[in-house]
Amino acid sequence: MSGGGLGPRIGRADFDAIADWVRPGATVLDLGCGDGTLLRHLRETRSVRGYGIEIEDDKVIACVKNGVNVIQGDLDRGLAGFDSGSFDAVILSLTLQAVRQTEDIVLEMLRVGREGIVTFPNFGYWRHRLQVLAGRMPVSGELPYSWYDTPNVHLCTIQDFDDFCADHSIRVLERLVFCAGRRVDVLPNLRGSLAVYRFERTAA
Amino acid sequence: MWPVCTCLVVVPVRVPRAVDLAMVRRGVTSDRLIGASRAMTSASSVGAVTARRLHVDKPLHTVAGGVLPAFDLVYETYGTPNAARSNAVLVCHALNASHHVAGFYAEEPRNVGWWDNMIGPGKPLDTDRFFVVCMNNPGSCFGSTGPASIDPESGRPWGSSFPLMTVADWVEAQSRLADALGIDAFAAVMGGSLGAMQAMQWAIARPERVKSAVLVAGTAKLTAQNIAFNEVARRAIVTDPDFHGGDYYAHGVKPKRGLRLARMIGHITYLSDDAMMEKFGRASRSEQFSYHFDVDFEVESYLRYQSDKFAEYFDANTYLLITRALDYFDPARLHGGDLSAAFAAAKARFLVASFTSDWRFSPERSREVVKALIDNRLDVSYAEIDAPHGHDAFLLDDVRYHEVVRAFFETVAREQGIDGRDRAPFDLPGTPLTPGAAAGFAA
Repeated sequence: MSGGGLGPRIGRADFDAIADWVRPGATVLDLGCGDGTLLRHLRETRSVRGYGIEIEDDKVIACVKNGVNVIQGDLDRGLAGFDSGSFDAVILSLTLQAVRQTEDIVLEMLRVGREGIVTFPNFGYWRHRLQVLAGRMPVSGELPYSWYDTPNVHLCTIQDFDDFCADHSIRVLERLVFCAGRRVDVLPNLRGSLAVYRFERTAA
Repeated sequence: MWPVCTCLVVVPVRVPRAVDLAMVRRGVTSDRLIGASRAMTSASSVGAVTARRLHVDKPLHTVAGGVLPAFDLVYETYGTPNAARSNAVLVCHALNASHHVAGFYAEEPRNVGWWDNMIGPGKPLDTDRFFVVCMNNPGSCFGSTGPASIDPESGRPWGSSFPLMTVADWVEAQSRLADALGIDAFAAVMGGSLGAMQAMQWAIARPERVKSAVLVAGTAKLTAQNIAFNEVARRAIVTDPDFHGGDYYAHGVKPKRGLRLARMIGHITYLSDDAMMEKFGRASRSEQFSYHFDVDFEVESYLRYQSDKFAEYFDANTYLLITRALDYFDPARLHGGDLSAAFAAAKARFLVASFTSDWRFSPERSREVVKALIDNRLDVSYAEIDAPHGHDAFLLDDVRYHEVVRAFFETVAREQGIDGRDRAPFDLPGTPLTPGAAAGFAA
């Protein structure tokens, strides 16, 4: 998998949304934390105690350089080293689509964290749909890769993720959709390029 | 956990993968690769260094109940202290290394420190910013008081009566040196293998004196397999007829046969299967097998050569003592086996690094430490370096490993306001060692 690889190409609207959702001083685990930009943002704006997980050497080095706590590891091996309920929030920012064991990692997020926060590029965005209609795999700011070199193995639409949550006893607490850094409230699955979810496990 | 003299020879040095294999295939030597990687970062040696001997009069009461009434500590420093002496970094040595970490001796230009690729101007631990201190631990055999030293009470070498040292005792001894150097708190305490244990112990036992800790290829406790290897090594030594219950000095002999075997088995465990196969394969000395039990394979020749050399300069009692200190280290033991509870008092920022092919102190052991640190909400970063060389990788050039250490020290410098401009050298305590005096153990 790739860790937060799309980060630099996206505006910081999702970061601000996440920062609004995380209470000051919270403990946060950021899966696929890239160079640690989000964790640094959360530390500076919300005084969170954060740790990132990242697999790529150069991004681990970038985190350490940023003074961000980073644990080198592969998300596809799960979060076995982390105790249940040991974090206030577990974040998966622009990484969901690049994880192989998608189902497992989302459930692991809700085992380790009291809340999960996920952001992902919306495959249902109209520009993506147009490109598919035109007979090609979409390439855009949010999906900058060609089909043959993409780390993204599990792309989904907002509708897909809603269904996923319903099927897995996950309660969506908040959902924000953005396009080019602006909120999209009308027809989000068509007009939105980036989705941000906050969710928790439904009591069984 | 083993001296540099071997590691530079055994395994190809790690450089970026694109050039690595090609250069190795062309037969480029380790030394040239080191040179190439250094040139890229414009790093250089700290140059000629001098070891110093500090005499400590205050007795050291050991965990095991022993007493060193007075003792010598041999140490080296590199870089320049700042006025507050807040830029000091303590480097802790492993099983068979010494205080000679970086640079070389003017009289012995080929005697290069064991972590010279890590420490120096422009290197990951940058002596243009940090004041680096390394001390030979008591019980060792490179100049600090050890089993081969004279017990003032009896007038004879300590031998078997030398107090058993634990990691906690070494940290106490190191803190005596810090006191003498006027260092209230180290900007970092750093070590690999057994050195990482000392850095952990500093963070646990002296939290006010450690701002950050670098733990490379370490573990918070040895596994049964590790203790078993140490036991084999110790049995080899103590069953050598020349051991004389540890008081072999009086007999004018050394248990070299046992020491050689101890070294051989240790050496094998510090390397990965792949690294040994790549270096030696099944290469033999002649086309035909000799069909006897003498040396046929290159790996046999190599082990014999290295262990012969080792048995000349290393003290057998020191080998026993240090492997025992390794066995006993287990900070969780005082907390019912709860490592997280053991780190409750720690305050430092941590960097933990392990190597994927290290089967002696595997990444799993480092991850246990990382978990305990996270449980305590301490600042910690963990790098798991995909390196093929086994435990010894911690002494070798590996760009990813060195860059993460460099990045960590940059953060330490930034957060602690260490910029290298504030320079306040002072007269170091103790006396300079005469050439050769600290070069090694003399029986």
